Amino acid sequence: MAGAVLFDAAPCGYVVLGRGGLIVRANAEFLRLVGAAAGDVVGVRTLGSLLSAGGRILLETHLQPMLELAGAVREISLELVRQDGQRVPVLLNASVHDRATQALLVIVLETRDRHRFEDDLLAAKRAAEQAVEHAASLAATLQGTLIPPNPPTIPHLDIAGVYRPSGSGREVGGDFYDVFQVGPDAWVVALGDVSGKGVPAAVVTSFVRYHVRALAMVHRDPARLLSALDAAMQANATERFCTLVVVRLERVGGQWDLSLALAGHPPVLVRRADGSTYELGVPGTPVGLMSEVEFHTVGLPLGDETVVLYTDGVTEARSLEGMYGGDRLAALVAGLPAQPSLVSEAIARAALAWQADDASDDIAIVTFAAS
Amino acid sequence: MGVGLASGLNAVVTGPAGAPVLVFLHGFGCGQAMWRHVVPDFEGEYRVLLLDLPGSGDADPVTYDAERHASLQGYVDDVLWVLDEFGLEDVTIVGHSVSSMIAVLAHVASPRTVSRLVLVVPSARYVDDGDYRGGFTPSEIEELLGVMERNHLGWQGPLSDLVAGEGHDASRAELEDNFCRTRPEIAAQFAAVTFLGDNRSDLPRVTAPTLVLQVRDDAIAPLTAGQFVHKHITGSQLQVLETCGHAPQLSDPDDVVAAISGFLSVPVPS
Repeated sequence: MAGAVLFDAAPCGYVVLGRGGLIVRANAEFLRLVGAAAGDVVGVRTLGSLLSAGGRILLETHLQPMLELAGAVREISLELVRQDGQRVPVLLNASVHDRATQALLVIVLETRDRHRFEDDLLAAKRAAEQAVEHAASLAATLQGTLIPPNPPTIPHLDIAGVYRPSGSGREVGGDFYDVFQVGPDAWVVALGDVSGKGVPAAVVTSFVRYHVRALAMVHRDPARLLSALDAAMQANATERFCTLVVVRLERVGGQWDLSLALAGHPPVLVRRADGSTYELGVPGTPVGLMSEVEFHTVGLPLGDETVVLYTDGVTEARSLEGMYGGDRLAALVAGLPAQPSLVSEAIARAALAWQADDASDDIAIVTFAAS
Repeated sequence: MGVGLASGLNAVVTGPAGAPVLVFLHGFGCGQAMWRHVVPDFEGEYRVLLLDLPGSGDADPVTYDAERHASLQGYVDDVLWVLDEFGLEDVTIVGHSVSSMIAVLAHVASPRTVSRLVLVVPSARYVDDGDYRGGFTPSEIEELLGVMERNHLGWQGPLSDLVAGEGHDASRAELEDNFCRTRPEIAAQFAAVTFLGDNRSDLPRVTAPTLVLQVRDDAIAPLTAGQFVHKHITGSQLQVLETCGHAPQLSDPDDVVAAISGFLSVPVPS
C-alpha cells in the first residue's frame, strides 16, 4: 500500500502540523474523533484550537518547548473538543518531522474507558492523601492534649520542657509530660513513656495523665501516687504499660522541697552549680506491668541545682557508635549553663544529632531550677 | 531565602564586566533554557543573567516555599535578591509570559535596580473580567490544573531516553530531563498564581522605558492582552511579531533578537 493510504487508514488519529500548529494533513480516524469534515479542519484549524483550554495551555507552555528541545513527547493525556462541545479523551504522542519547517507528526488514541479509570484512580489518590493529612492533623491535635505547649508559670521556679516526636511526627508518640499545681505552694511534674505509639498508646497516655493529676490531689507521696496509678492501670486491663517519674515540689520557708519516685524510668539527672552531676531516684517497677510493684520516694532540698527529667529517647538514641548513654548526657549537662531552657534544648539537639536527626524514638525533657 | 539563593536557582552571569545588564526570566512551564536561542546574540555586548525560578527548571527544591510563592511577590523578592547577590543595578529585565509581570513588579519595587523592561507576550490578567478580554474563563483555568495533574505521570520518566542515540551527550540529556519538569504540587500552585493573578493595577506604576513584544496569534496571551499592557504603561512601545505561538523566543528567535536589540539601541533618556 502506498504511504498516503497507510496514513489515511492508520487505526489512530494521525495529523501533520505545519508552522504554528496548523493542521496540514489529517487522517480518517482523526476526523472521526473530532467529528468534523476534512474541509473544516485541514488548513483551517490548529491542533491547539481543537483541545480543551487546559490542554491548549499545556501544549503552549510545556509540549512545544519540549518538542523544540528534545524532538518528541509521549503519552500526554489531553481532551479533544468536538464541534458539538463533546469531549474526547486522548493520549498524544508527537515528534518533530522537520526542524526547518517546524513540522510535527502527531498521533492521538482515544482513551474513554481508561480515562474514567484514571479519574477514579486520581480521586482515590486524592482521598488517600487527604486521609493521611487528616491523620497527621489528628495526631498533632491529640499530641497537643498530651504535651502542654508551655509549662505554666510557677513563682520561684524556672522550668522548660521539650518534646520531639520520632520519625515524621505523623504518629502520636508515647512520651508525655505534665506540670500542674496541687496546692497553694505545691506543684507536680510528671514525665513518662507509654509503651508503643499511635492512637492506642495515646489512649493510655491520656489515661495516665488524667490519673496522675487526680491521684496527686490525694497522695502527697510520689511513691504512693505511683502505687495507686498502677492499681488503676491493672484494673483497666490494658496491655500497655508506662514508665514515668513523678516529682512533687513544695515551697517551704522560701525554699523548694523536692520529693520524687520512679516507675521503671531513668533516674533524674541533678546538676550542681559547679557543673558536677549525679543521678537521683530508686528505679522501681513500670506501672501497669508487674504483679509485684515497688516504688520509693527520695527527697532533695532544692538549692542551686538544676534538675533534668528525660525519657529513654535521649539515652537510647542510637548511632553506629552505639547508644548515646547516660555518661554522654552527664558530660553534656556538666558543660552547659544552668538555665533550664538552654539545658532542655541542648539535650534534645544532641540526642537528635547523635542519630543524624532521624529520631527512632520520641524525646521528652523537662528541666527546672529554683529562681 | 538566604545567602546562596543565586546558586540554588542556577543563576549565571556571562558577558563582559561593566557592560549593561540583561536579565532573562522564563515563564510558567520550562526553565532558563527557554532563552538558549536568543542569549548568544547578546552575550558579546551585555552582561547576561539567567536563572531558573524557584520550582521551575532545575532549581534546587529548597528554594521553593509554598507560602512565599503563593503570589508573584515571592518570585519578585527572589529575583531582586539574586540581583543584589551579584551586585547588579540598572538592569533590563526581559520577562516571558508570567515573568513579564514579575519584571513589572520588580521594577515597581526597585526602579533603580530594574530600570528597563522588555515584556514578551505579557498578559496582566488571563481571565476575562467585564469588558476586559484575558482569553480564559475561571473554569478553564480549573481545567488546566486537572490537565497538569493528569500529566504528571508523563513527566516522571527521563525524556532523554526518547531521543538518546549517538551524539546525544549527557549534559544535553540532563537538560532535556529537567527542562520542563516541576513537582506536581508546585506546578499546580505556579499555574494558579500565574493564570488567576491580576496585575492590571500595577501597570500604571511603571516608569521605566518598556517594550511590549506581542505575537499576532497567541493562544495564551491574545493580542488584546498585549494592547492592554501597552495602553496602561505610559510611554511603552508595542511591537507585534507577525507569527504565532506563545514562545517566539523558540519559534522565531531572530525576530525576538531584532526587536530587543532595536529597543536597547535607543539610549535611555537621563
